Amino acid sequence: MADSDGRQVVSINHSTEEDVKLQEVVQAKCEGKELTKEEKQRLRKEKKQHKKNKKDDRGPPEKEKEKEKASVLAPSKPATQSPAHKAAPVPVNASASESPVAAEKPAKSKAEQRAERRARQDTERASKQGKKEGGQQSASSKPKATPNELQPVKRLPEHIQVDDPAALKKLAKKLERQQVPLRSDYGYKVSLFSHLHQYSRKNPPTQQISIPATVIHPSIVRLGLQYSQGIIAGSNARSVALLHAFKQVIQDYSTPPNEELSRDLVNKLSPYISFLSQCRPLSASMGNAIKYIKKEISNIPSQCKEEEAKRRLQECIDSYINEKIILASEAISKYAIEKISDGDVILVYGCSSLVNHILCEAFEKQRKFRVIVVDSRPRLEGREALRRLVKKGIRCTYVLISALSYILPEVSKVFLGAHALLANGYVMSRVGTSQIALVAKAYNVPVLVCCETYKFCERVQTDSFESNELDDPDDLIVTRNGKTHLENWQTVKSLGLLNLVYDVTPPDFVDLVITDLGMIPCTSVPVVLRVKNVDQ
Amino acid sequence: MNSHAVLVHTKDDPFVIKIREDPDVASAVAAIRSLLKFLKRDQSETILGLRENMTKAIHRLEETDSSVAVSSGGELFLRFISLTSLEHPDLSQCKNVMIERGELFLKKISLSRGKVGKLCHTFIKDGAKILTHSSSRVVLKVLENAAADNKRFTVYVTESQPDSAGKLMAQKLCNLNIPVTVVLDAAVGYIMEKVDLVIVGAEGVVESGGVINKIGTYQMAVCSKAHNKPFYVVAESFKFVRLYPLNQQDVPDRFKYKADILKTVKDLNQEHPMIDYTPPSLITLLFTDLGVLTPSAVSDELIKLYL
Repeated sequence: MADSDGRQVVSINHSTEEDVKLQEVVQAKCEGKELTKEEKQRLRKEKKQHKKNKKDDRGPPEKEKEKEKASVLAPSKPATQSPAHKAAPVPVNASASESPVAAEKPAKSKAEQRAERRARQDTERASKQGKKEGGQQSASSKPKATPNELQPVKRLPEHIQVDDPAALKKLAKKLERQQVPLRSDYGYKVSLFSHLHQYSRKNPPTQQISIPATVIHPSIVRLGLQYSQGIIAGSNARSVALLHAFKQVIQDYSTPPNEELSRDLVNKLSPYISFLSQCRPLSASMGNAIKYIKKEISNIPSQCKEEEAKRRLQECIDSYINEKIILASEAISKYAIEKISDGDVILVYGCSSLVNHILCEAFEKQRKFRVIVVDSRPRLEGREALRRLVKKGIRCTYVLISALSYILPEVSKVFLGAHALLANGYVMSRVGTSQIALVAKAYNVPVLVCCETYKFCERVQTDSFESNELDDPDDLIVTRNGKTHLENWQTVKSLGLLNLVYDVTPPDFVDLVITDLGMIPCTSVPVVLRVKNVDQ
Repeated sequence: MNSHAVLVHTKDDPFVIKIREDPDVASAVAAIRSLLKFLKRDQSETILGLRENMTKAIHRLEETDSSVAVSSGGELFLRFISLTSLEHPDLSQCKNVMIERGELFLKKISLSRGKVGKLCHTFIKDGAKILTHSSSRVVLKVLENAAADNKRFTVYVTESQPDSAGKLMAQKLCNLNIPVTVVLDAAVGYIMEKVDLVIVGAEGVVESGGVINKIGTYQMAVCSKAHNKPFYVVAESFKFVRLYPLNQQDVPDRFKYKADILKTVKDLNQEHPMIDYTPPSLITLLFTDLGVLTPSAVSDELIKLYL
């Protein structure tokens, strides 16, 4: 750009101390060292100044649009972070005229800056009243336009807005600020699902992180890698691994001077969570666990000493795992075993840790039953379930999901696990579950879903398209008789491979949900959520 | 211990006598009255002992009359009286509190049938043809209220073998000057196209929103669904029970057969069950003293009652 060149010339002429410091800051950033707070603030201010200069050079309409975006974005973010969003990442340049100004800036208090900005926005808004609104305003920024007057509008989560360039830009900015690598999508996406991410297992996000990584805690890096490679899979396993990694993070954490643990630790966790969601989108259970931890951290009283606070948090996490996962599965087994009678033929799908636990407990309690394990490509998780059940000594049969209508006349009950239970009673589970529930309903076989209450979430979804996960499309490629037909699927323009992970089952197909609170019909999930909220 | 055993024995008789004296009283209400009497006469030293005695008494009652309503009514009674904070230092004070709450509970449920009747009779329009099954005192109350409201309607009652309870119901309706016809159990499919709505009582309402009622109710529900006729269930709230049957087989044996049969007969496969389970998908609305509920709202109410 001609402008930046011009400014570079200017900066060479005026090499001041500030310039040298800034170069150091940029260097530190490239090396992946965590920026100190002062360095971050300085970076932000320089970007702000640069943006101001750019505005002077550009024409008025563009200026209006940018300012509008800036004014629109500013009030919804905390004051210290908004300047970063105003400009796209541009080379950090400083001009002589700005450096003394920059030196003066830290003297102004945050409140004054906020007041300044708000005054600016009001004048801009007033001037904009008659003008036509630019069509480039994304849906996500519109609700932010009046945050002070109306109550906050719920924004769509980023991971289902991949086809919206504005949302992508926002994400990129956010990740850059948190110094988390951005993972790029891979391969052609089927158009119905183009709003979701599709990553390849061959490009893990950890490639872009230097070793040793100081921004992201190593146990989180390891966890992220385990998620993205599929080493840790399954809702309960992922939540427990997450909580253990957080325990390690809390153990190694030390409060910086002039900071409070309750606030700083929460801020420290945000980049980790962004990183993990880049590795693999968060599950509902993980979301609830993170909410719980953040609440516990912010409830730590300020007088609490660091060691005491850390010990308390470790205890909280341990009790959460114990109550919500381990004891819950004991309670669910107790209720579920009542429903298993002698002579039953039970059908299970895939590998659910909870259902396996129930069946093993029932077998120990001398119930006579046999199990049919249904499996599906490409994950073939049923083999793991089969291995566990056979080891216990339970009589099992193994079929693929295409043979479902053939074996269903033999089945007396269907036990399914769940990834999450939505607020309108829909069950979100591994892809193929809704198919099993549908065919079971047609054969009048009762369908029982087993789910702990910590997986209940407030989302509402009626179809499997809106919010899902796309796995690596290369998993669908298979080699048979020495031939790999889909090897060059990327070269065929009209071919897309779709590897869905989840689907939703409507409540009409589910007869009973067994939770640690008891046996409830599928339509009573909002009642449980209400009772839980009252408790908390 | 001896005195306790004697009490349990003698209490047994008053319960049976109560039912015979006043056949208009629901069996659950009579059971709760006996339980209240038992509570007054009980002489245990601790609250835990008291509760154990009550549980034993409920089991004894279930042995005499194994209907679902007695078991659910008994459990709800126990929960209701012990739901208060019994933190008085003196045991007799605690007992008085419990007895007070017991009286309150009894009064509430004695009035429940009237409440249900008032709620439901507005759904019966002038000139309606109603189908009902076997003999239910709540349905009788509803029809009584509708007749008192000067509505004209005719009633078809199924015979309801093996005890021909339908004929008894027809007799009672005749006494109220309501035109009634008795039909065979096998004629439900035949008559369904003529009727406008179906109203049945319930012995128990389960967690899923389904009902347990006299055998033949399930058939009627399936038929009415096929003909798109509304299927209404009228039941008092003390009949809500913490069962969750998945199908007919899943209903516990102790509810399916009469109490004396359970005690004497060895092979239950030779006996015919007296009740069946109607799943919630076939029921349009439930009328209870808690209000008019859809089957999915029953679970909500149950959670409120029991938790």
